[in-house]
Amino acid sequence: MIDVKDLVVSYGTATALEHVTLTVRRGEMVALLGPNGAGKSTLANTLAGLLKPSSGTVHADGRVALIPEGRQLFPDLTVADNLALGGWRSGQRDPALVYDLLPRLAELAGRRAGVLSGGEQQMVAFGRAMMSRPDVLVVDELSLGLAPTVTADLAAHLAALNAEQGLTVLLIEQNARLAFELCRRAYVLESGRLVTEGECAVLADDPRVASAYLGGAIT
Amino acid sequence: MSAFLTYLLNGLAVGCAIALIASGLVAIHRVTGVVNFAQGTFAVVAGLCTSSLLGLGFPHGLSELAAVLAAAVAGLLTGLAAIGRRGTTPLSALIVTLGAGVLAYAVEIVLWGDQPRSAPGLAGSVTVAGARIQTQHLLVIGVTAATFVLLALFFGRTYLGKALTACASNPYAARVVGIDVRKMGLLAFALGGLLGGIAGVLVTPLRPISFDTDVTLIVNGFAAAVFGALTRPVITLIGALLLGVAETMAAGYGYGSHQLEVALGLMLVVMIVQASRRSAISLEST
Repeated sequence: MIDVKDLVVSYGTATALEHVTLTVRRGEMVALLGPNGAGKSTLANTLAGLLKPSSGTVHADGRVALIPEGRQLFPDLTVADNLALGGWRSGQRDPALVYDLLPRLAELAGRRAGVLSGGEQQMVAFGRAMMSRPDVLVVDELSLGLAPTVTADLAAHLAALNAEQGLTVLLIEQNARLAFELCRRAYVLESGRLVTEGECAVLADDPRVASAYLGGAIT
Repeated sequence: MSAFLTYLLNGLAVGCAIALIASGLVAIHRVTGVVNFAQGTFAVVAGLCTSSLLGLGFPHGLSELAAVLAAAVAGLLTGLAAIGRRGTTPLSALIVTLGAGVLAYAVEIVLWGDQPRSAPGLAGSVTVAGARIQTQHLLVIGVTAATFVLLALFFGRTYLGKALTACASNPYAARVVGIDVRKMGLLAFALGGLLGGIAGVLVTPLRPISFDTDVTLIVNGFAAAVFGALTRPVITLIGALLLGVAETMAAGYGYGSHQLEVALGLMLVVMIVQASRRSAISLEST
């Protein structure tokens, strides 16, 4: 599970997150929506232990893995090496672990990560995160810059991991349609504060959410 | 013709020593972004240590090995001073390495005095295709070649080597997967010390070393490293060999006292060309 209580994160004098409280139960997949600059990536980096809270607490059960915004691969290294380094924390260095899950990666194993397409890179980032055998997965912008079919493929893998292996997922998205399809619950973050939360079905009918994130109500 | 071949082989040996210094600079810069101005100091420390250990009666092999390890420790200490504190910028770290180099002068003078010291190397010479070459020169070439092969295997084949490359490639992503980038930086500094130490141990029998020899070494090494844009080991190796040959030719054909000026001149040319190339690239990308 993820348990964030009254979290404040600042960069110098600028405050990126103000008193954010959020829970994702074990085995649950929850969405976090918000526009650019809302503090979504700050929350992702704090959950991954890369940023320290100024105040408040962040707690996650077990190992947390992050699929960072913009994939953030090692472009000079091969896909296999990128995956192997994903196992730095777990000591799991054999990429075969994720080839079963994402067979396409086995075909790409010898290619340099920097030359792959955006969708392939996101798949490597996905596989690299899974190499650490996480209990909690934080996904920062799964769909950004990807074709809808590629996104759908990755989303299906994510949903399967959540449903079959009980992986706890926080899905950070600008694409609310995708988030609402995958998750039952969502939080909305704006300017560092949570502005609303609830069941996706209810949020989709909320006129403010619909106009900001869905371009009008879902029909 | 045989004189030319002699200069060429001698030049290659000089170039090898430069390559070892330069590859240390590149290893540290790739992982930490820091230009380590104390790189020549590591060679001096190793050279002076060998001289003392051999003087105390320790056997060859053991003396050189201990001296190289001492240089690796010097590298680690320099790294701790330069990047030990979290959030130190590469520019501040560069100035710390400059300071560490000056501090090393004081320590070296206290321990070894200010007179040049030498150490016996491999005696004798061999004739290759009519050209006479000192055996020590061949040793320098052989050890450097072996070192570069080992470096290539370390970075290309081992998990730790790949983690170092990962830090150079994308430090943020390295942190995402849990690699401690600061520790890897310290490892790079120790590796830089090791490489500088190997250079020092190899060079000391050829030209006596004193506390301030690091200036000549760092100027040459820096020229080669800049040739490889401070990031590319193979280009750096080629640059170092060209520089060594150019300097030895200049000395051999009558400009013996101007070796350092040749290196400085070449370094300036390379830096100006590299700088204009880099700004052209950044202009294109905007």
